Amino acid sequence: MTNLRVPRSVATARRMRRLVCTLAFTTLLPAGALAQTELLNVSYDPTRELYRDVNAAFAEEWRAKTGETITVRASHGGSGSQARTVIDGVPADVVTLGIPSDIDAIARISKKINPDWRTKLPNEGLPYTSTVVFLVRKGNPKAVKDWSDLAKADVKVITPNPKTSAGGRWNFLAAWGYAYDREGKDTEKANAFVGQLYKNVPVLDTGARGSTVTFAQRGLGDVLPTWENEAFLVLQEFGADKFDIVVPPTSIYAEPPVALVDANVDAKGTRKQAEAYLQFLYSDKAQAIFAKHRYRPLKREAADPKDLAFLPEVKLFKIEDIQGNWDDIQKRNFDNGGLFDQLSKAGR
Amino acid sequence: MSETAAATFAAAPAKPDTPRSAVTEGRAVRWTLTAIAIVFLALFLVLPLATVFVQALSKGFETYIATFREPDALSAVRLTLIVAAIAVPFNLVFGIAASWAIAKFEFAGKSLLVTLIDLPFSVSPVVSGLIYVLVFSAQGVFGAFFVQHGIQILFALPGIVLATIFVTFPFVARELIPLMQEQGTAEEEAALTLGASGLWAFLTVTLPNIRWGLLYSVLLCNARAMGEFGAVSVVSGHIRGLTNTIPLHVEILYNEYNFVAAFAVASLLAGLALVTLLIKSILEWRYAGELAAGGRH
Amino acid sequence: MTVSTKPRWRAKPRWRFRQPSVLPGFGITFGYTILCLSLVVLIPLGALVVRSSRLGLSGIWEVASDPRVASALKISFGVSLLAALTASVFGFLVAWVLTRYRFPGRRIVDAVVDLPFALPTAVAGIALAQVYAPNGIVGAQLEKIGIKAAYTPLGIFIAMVFIGLPFAVRTVQPLIAEIDKEVEEASATLGASRRATLWKVVLPPLIPAVLTGFALAFARGVGEYGSIIFIAGNLPYVSEIAPLLIVIKLSEYDYAGAAAIATIMLGISFLTLLAINLIQAWSRRRFGYV
Repeated sequence: MTNLRVPRSVATARRMRRLVCTLAFTTLLPAGALAQTELLNVSYDPTRELYRDVNAAFAEEWRAKTGETITVRASHGGSGSQARTVIDGVPADVVTLGIPSDIDAIARISKKINPDWRTKLPNEGLPYTSTVVFLVRKGNPKAVKDWSDLAKADVKVITPNPKTSAGGRWNFLAAWGYAYDREGKDTEKANAFVGQLYKNVPVLDTGARGSTVTFAQRGLGDVLPTWENEAFLVLQEFGADKFDIVVPPTSIYAEPPVALVDANVDAKGTRKQAEAYLQFLYSDKAQAIFAKHRYRPLKREAADPKDLAFLPEVKLFKIEDIQGNWDDIQKRNFDNGGLFDQLSKAGR
Repeated sequence: MSETAAATFAAAPAKPDTPRSAVTEGRAVRWTLTAIAIVFLALFLVLPLATVFVQALSKGFETYIATFREPDALSAVRLTLIVAAIAVPFNLVFGIAASWAIAKFEFAGKSLLVTLIDLPFSVSPVVSGLIYVLVFSAQGVFGAFFVQHGIQILFALPGIVLATIFVTFPFVARELIPLMQEQGTAEEEAALTLGASGLWAFLTVTLPNIRWGLLYSVLLCNARAMGEFGAVSVVSGHIRGLTNTIPLHVEILYNEYNFVAAFAVASLLAGLALVTLLIKSILEWRYAGELAAGGRH
Repeated sequence: MTVSTKPRWRAKPRWRFRQPSVLPGFGITFGYTILCLSLVVLIPLGALVVRSSRLGLSGIWEVASDPRVASALKISFGVSLLAALTASVFGFLVAWVLTRYRFPGRRIVDAVVDLPFALPTAVAGIALAQVYAPNGIVGAQLEKIGIKAAYTPLGIFIAMVFIGLPFAVRTVQPLIAEIDKEVEEASATLGASRRATLWKVVLPPLIPAVLTGFALAFARGVGEYGSIIFIAGNLPYVSEIAPLLIVIKLSEYDYAGAAAIATIMLGISFLTLLAINLIQAWSRRRFGYV
């Protein structure tokens, strides 16, 4: 009952209320203030450094050409997780994912991408390709030379979860394709080989980048099968004195495609810019940037020969040649109850 | 707590034992237990905290500062501030309303209501994010409606704010309810009898009584709102410079091998945690009587 | 203060939703509370229940009995139980030391206990991973004696102890502070040894608080995500936790699976909350306080 001193607390309350109002008001502003054109490129894990350069180059060229200022934003994560966010409503203008089946999934489930997306751009939507190589610790103490070494009992392999990561799926398919060829096209034996290999995996991260951190920073495992570009990036970031790159005699032709998200660009009115962005990926300038980041450019002549010298000659096989179309590849290996599920169930 | 606090620094460890050893343990036992407790806390709590700052500054102060010149880092800081500036006042108003209804009145189903308010405490952050995905995603319950009207909820500010509000929902209410219950209704009733309006009675009688508890709960609510990771990570979409909060930006930097920068940005949040703890401790020491009893969070 | 001015409010034996009161504002505050609660908590949670009810009980059971899901649930619940147990033991010790003993810096130690409340989980995650990784300060020492901490279930355990500890300490601490020293003195005067006094007189009334702290630490540990994913290694069947599996299921467009796991976890949350309430009700009957 002592507390009937009115004025001070009322004044405080009033001040509080005003503060809350101002806060609420100012917070609403920035959302509307971003009127300049923005594109969103939803991409997979290891392209963070690549698209930082590509996006800046595109913005520069676009301004020179049209006078319009454009900001290309990027989001990165496991390719499957990224596709899921687009399905769920991330307003991506373009997707640049790690494996064709993820773009197929967006087209099939959300209908935001034209199912014929492969035909809209040159080379089935592949401005560059890549492959899988091995990153090992300096001096290659476990003498890893080929895929068969990854299934040896004393070798620990770090690879991402094929369910969520495109890199993880390429690793899986590369190992399978290698064994299929070695075992005289025997599917059962190829399955068994991959099962053996995955018994050597102590950590499955959700994206390629997570696996790299596990291998390089946390010091786990003996070999990291990974995107060629990612392996070179590790040498650059962590120092070439810590790791070696081992190129297996055969590997997979990895296809990270790009596509326009039709429904989103039409809703946002950014079709013109988004299409120009995708076309830009096939320009000489972008092709040179791909090579600089150790991706295999479509137009080798546009790249600096010094960059191309880093990309070794490997016998590459296409998984489609063995397993058919991407719907089948995805279903057979990675969907619920697919080969990966069967192997991890059996392998524990 | 205040008289024990005064004794803390006064009591030198070498002080001879009083003969009351029958109600306390022997000195050797006491020292051992204290040492175990301190070593345990040092290993589990202090060491990780110190690591954040050590790693953040491991490449020198220049590099540390440079981290915050990155536009993406700045926009993460801005987004986090915006989210907290919406979520905390929302929960403040809700907490006051809920505690007024619950603490000052008797009604049927009260304990059920309290349990429901408490629920977000025990729901996994990932589940907290997931429920909003299920509601608002293009495939979700109301998703089609929002898509038709061009309203972006998921992977944009509204979704992040909603998830943050959810995980911090009980903070203010849970602190204020026991506090208001303790204080009863007599003072407010007296004010009403003296002719004050209901709002007036609240502002002049109730509010001063709960102010420290209110500040305390807002503080903790804010710390959680700015630091939430799991729920926000599910609804954010991780768009650099647009929907990344500070904790998500830490993860991104960490995944880009930019460990120093990751720890530098993390040190912002660790600093916030330290400030929160400091103010919280001061409030507890000085206004122990005006805070709700017990260690509820 | 009785309310005699308004006789129509005099208590009648018939049931009513709300007891009479002279205080205003019940309608608006109660309504606002229900509105917020519905919008923020109930409707979204309802969406989860609706989503998983499409699966039906058998569908949920099918998801739960999938070996990978089952093992993730087992890991989440099993490790969380162990971690909550550890947090309770050490939490009790810390609470006891903080309230009963005097030593320099006690206040600081007391404040440090709340660190996991205030430190964001992602920050805790990368920091713990840094400390307990094979090349970290503690991890390197553990490695020497053949223990791998980070990227194994032990890492999950460490993270869960970290976040559960303050719950264990803060629920017991006020009760230890309230123990009547005279009871202990009486026990000692009557010839009980210190150990007997502790076991028979001091500890029993603290049990409900310890149990509550344990349940809170457990509930928090089961649901924890941010601090664990950085340190766990995330290997299916070994160190993959249930919340991560929800995220993975989402990435695989398996909404039904994600919702089913979430529903199971939600059910456990309910049960834990219920258990806490029962403990407190029992404690109120048995000891007269919560």
